[in-house]
Amino acid sequence: MSTETAHATEHDEANHDHWSDLSYVRLALALALITAIEVAISYKVDELGAVFLPLLLGLMLVKFFSVVLFFMHLKFDNRLFSLMFYLGLGLAVAVYAAMLFTFRFFGS
Amino acid sequence: MADTAVHDAVAEHDDHGHATSTGLSNNKLAMWLFLGSECLLFGGLISTYMLYRGRHTANLGPDQVWDIPFTSASSFVLLMSSLTMVLAVTAAKRKDDRNTNLWLTVTAILGSLFVAGQVYEFTSFYREGLGYTTSLFSSSFYTLTGFHGVHVSIGVIMLLATVGMILKNRIPGDKAEVVELVGLYWHFVDIVWILIFTLVYLIPA
Amino acid sequence: MAPIEKPAPATTPAVATPSSSYGVFRRPVESTGWKSWLFTIDHKKIGIMYGAVALFFFLVGGFEALLIRLQLAGPNGTILSADKYNQMFTMHATTMVFLFVMPMAAAFANYFVPLQIGARDVAFPRINAFGFWCFLGGGLFLNTSWLLGGAADGGWFMYAPNSSIPFSPTNGIDFWGLGLQITGIASLTGAINLIVTVINMRAPGMSLMKMPIFTWMILVVQFLLLFAIPVITVALFLLMFQRNFDATFFTVEAGADPLLWQHLFWIFGHPEVYILILPAFGIVSEVLPVFSKKPLFGYPLVVFSGCAIGFVGWGVWAHHMFASGIGPISVAVFSVSTMAIAIPTGVKIVNWTMTLWGGKLTYTTAMMFSIGLIVEFTIGGLSGVTHAVAPSDTQQTDTYYIVAHFHYVLFGGAIMGIFSGLYYWWPKMFGKLLSEKLGKWNFWTMIVGMNLTFGPMHIIGLQGQPRRMYVWTEARAGEGFFNLGFWNLVSSIGAFILGAGVLLFFINVLITSRRPERAPLDPWDARSLEWMTTSPPKEHNFDVIPTVGHLDEFFHRKYEDRGEGDHHDFHQVATAEAILAEQEANAEAHIHMPSPSYWPILLAFSLPVMAYGIIFNLLLIPVGAAIALGSMFGWSLEPHTASAGDYDPPAPDGSAELEVSTHG
Repeated sequence: MSTETAHATEHDEANHDHWSDLSYVRLALALALITAIEVAISYKVDELGAVFLPLLLGLMLVKFFSVVLFFMHLKFDNRLFSLMFYLGLGLAVAVYAAMLFTFRFFGS
Repeated sequence: MADTAVHDAVAEHDDHGHATSTGLSNNKLAMWLFLGSECLLFGGLISTYMLYRGRHTANLGPDQVWDIPFTSASSFVLLMSSLTMVLAVTAAKRKDDRNTNLWLTVTAILGSLFVAGQVYEFTSFYREGLGYTTSLFSSSFYTLTGFHGVHVSIGVIMLLATVGMILKNRIPGDKAEVVELVGLYWHFVDIVWILIFTLVYLIPA
Repeated sequence: MAPIEKPAPATTPAVATPSSSYGVFRRPVESTGWKSWLFTIDHKKIGIMYGAVALFFFLVGGFEALLIRLQLAGPNGTILSADKYNQMFTMHATTMVFLFVMPMAAAFANYFVPLQIGARDVAFPRINAFGFWCFLGGGLFLNTSWLLGGAADGGWFMYAPNSSIPFSPTNGIDFWGLGLQITGIASLTGAINLIVTVINMRAPGMSLMKMPIFTWMILVVQFLLLFAIPVITVALFLLMFQRNFDATFFTVEAGADPLLWQHLFWIFGHPEVYILILPAFGIVSEVLPVFSKKPLFGYPLVVFSGCAIGFVGWGVWAHHMFASGIGPISVAVFSVSTMAIAIPTGVKIVNWTMTLWGGKLTYTTAMMFSIGLIVEFTIGGLSGVTHAVAPSDTQQTDTYYIVAHFHYVLFGGAIMGIFSGLYYWWPKMFGKLLSEKLGKWNFWTMIVGMNLTFGPMHIIGLQGQPRRMYVWTEARAGEGFFNLGFWNLVSSIGAFILGAGVLLFFINVLITSRRPERAPLDPWDARSLEWMTTSPPKEHNFDVIPTVGHLDEFFHRKYEDRGEGDHHDFHQVATAEAILAEQEANAEAHIHMPSPSYWPILLAFSLPVMAYGIIFNLLLIPVGAAIALGSMFGWSLEPHTASAGDYDPPAPDGSAELEVSTHG
């Protein structure tokens, strides 16, 4: 327990120092750029072919986890918070993917 | 022992700065648990949409009705609201009430703009003939984005309430933590939209 | 006794000055009388209310079961019409699952988790109260459907499209869906609250692996609730939109997949099964060691297998759908995962048996119910494994064999565990021992009754009698040993014996409440922290928050190990009375307890108002929403304790570690 607490305070300090308002602005601009790329890609479905879907989903995940890790501080915060959130996220992905699989969603 | 290591910076609020076994805040832990739970709510709604997105009437499918430039703009608005939310949180941590309120208000305005955009979008879809019960696609689309819109609206109310409470100095307990919790909820609503925007709008059916 | 900074419960009626946060209303700080219950945020009072309401619904659900068995006792039953019969079995299951077993577990969890971890309350006392009132409101709302046009009639899993308007035009299913949404809010808030409580509010020294096993199982259950409730929420919303706003999520003619409902329901529904059974597992894991005078055999294994059950429980839902055509790959995968989940369950059975092995057994009623669980649950578990085999399941689907199986695991498992807990913890909750003599009668009539009721259903089911048929006919009953008529009659007789057994419990409670004798402080020579305080516990639970050094801390304070090496030789060094006296002598000064609040009950009240609005008149929705919004603002502006003038002035040194969490 006490080690956990030590970690928490350590991280707390780290997160105050590491990220200035400016870095948040930079990250937000990067995310806006990625969104723009995503939109651009969506007009090039035929040209990109098999690359299209993985590329688009990859960019989506980059955005998703940037917000989770930095805006929501999960990267700097206590691991317990990550556990709670990723447990829910992981379960959701697993059960719903399995459900869609039984509907033969991924074959088509 | 962890119990003596009170991490809270608000010793002056003696009804709040209590020790916990892990040193973590009860409220923050509860918020993360709630967000973990919300993953399964939106997961179910997104899956329902994914299952039904191809089941629409001949000329009213996703590829026909989407207005990608418009939705991209409103997605950008919501994304930027995440930035302003973060700025509010850092201001609150500096105990800078003025900037906290400023950024919370900006976030609320951006959020309202997003909701207004959604209302406009729904209205224009409806004018094109896409009612709630037109097809499985329309029902599941309106249900998913409607749930998200309600979440955003609740977020806006929470943001404005927080501003009001800070102005009147009526927040019981740790002000920075309250802002942080509202922020976590707000970012969650944003990441759900990141998923919806790509999965629902950008991937052709 | 410790000086408490709060109007002392028994001595003076609470006097409070108006608090600024309400304007004209003053804060309800009374600690006696009806107001002390209505506005309480004390986890023990909330626990007792959960238990009382749950037991009331147990009687309601039991009454519905008896009507069902009366109808089926002979051929061509005429007690119930087909329509009423449908409503009866739907509401029987819904009541037993959502309004009895789940809230009964919530009752024990609320009452005992804070005590077992050495805390003074849960993390969010007001949310706790809110959860209870949601449960009560949702449960009553659900049952008012009987008077308002008929109850739900689609079976407890409410398969779509059978649950849509053309097949069920009354409002019953709307009541069902909305009622479950409201009780779902209770479960979700309760889950968050209890998880935070267990993670954050343990007494100093109580690491996770020194936690009592009941608390552990409750923790696992709360995680299951946390993640399962949103799934049923989605399903119920889709159903509501289908029924009330003409969406076609489950309408086959519109191109929908009705299996979507089945998936969503069972993704929730299978974790739900473990939500029902794991608290009972926790209870027997407390009871067996106490009455065997041995520590629980393989404590870490019991913990890990509980977690494993919780985890694997997410990967087996489609075994409820083997007959629905989900495809050979899905069937194979879910078949294997279902067989796999039998392993951690078997581990627990072995651990309990090994706990008994070589112990000094005392056959109290609580102990007998726990042993009853091991035996009856194992029978139910074994028939459960036969469903995991897909071909055999195809034969069994929707027959009475399934009914037999889940009654063995739920009645023989969950309810045996609950009764074990009631007998074990009654003296802690009310300071009086339930009569052991009547308890034995209670136990044996229930055991005989349940085996007579549910045992024959195996035969009836394998002979092909479908579940949910409102009559059976002599012509198709078969002959000889396998005659359906004979076994149906046996089952119905069994049901009434079972009913009599349950009634004996309530008689026992009544008799006990009239007896003056107080229970001894530590009647069972128990092992965990909840016994280290008065019975019933004080409002602040412990005069001193204990520092924990061992699993079974209380036992280790009473007994000293004088053995060497692996040989244990325990000698009593202290009595419970002495330990309590020492605590009281060193009582902590200035214990802050959170004050009662109007807002939880008011906020919970707004939900049925909105739900009635959806069914009868949409205008009620803004009314309910206004109440909800108002009480949310009142709630968040409310200070955690009533204004300072109501209490003794705080000590200048005000040590922070004495504080308990007071916010919700």
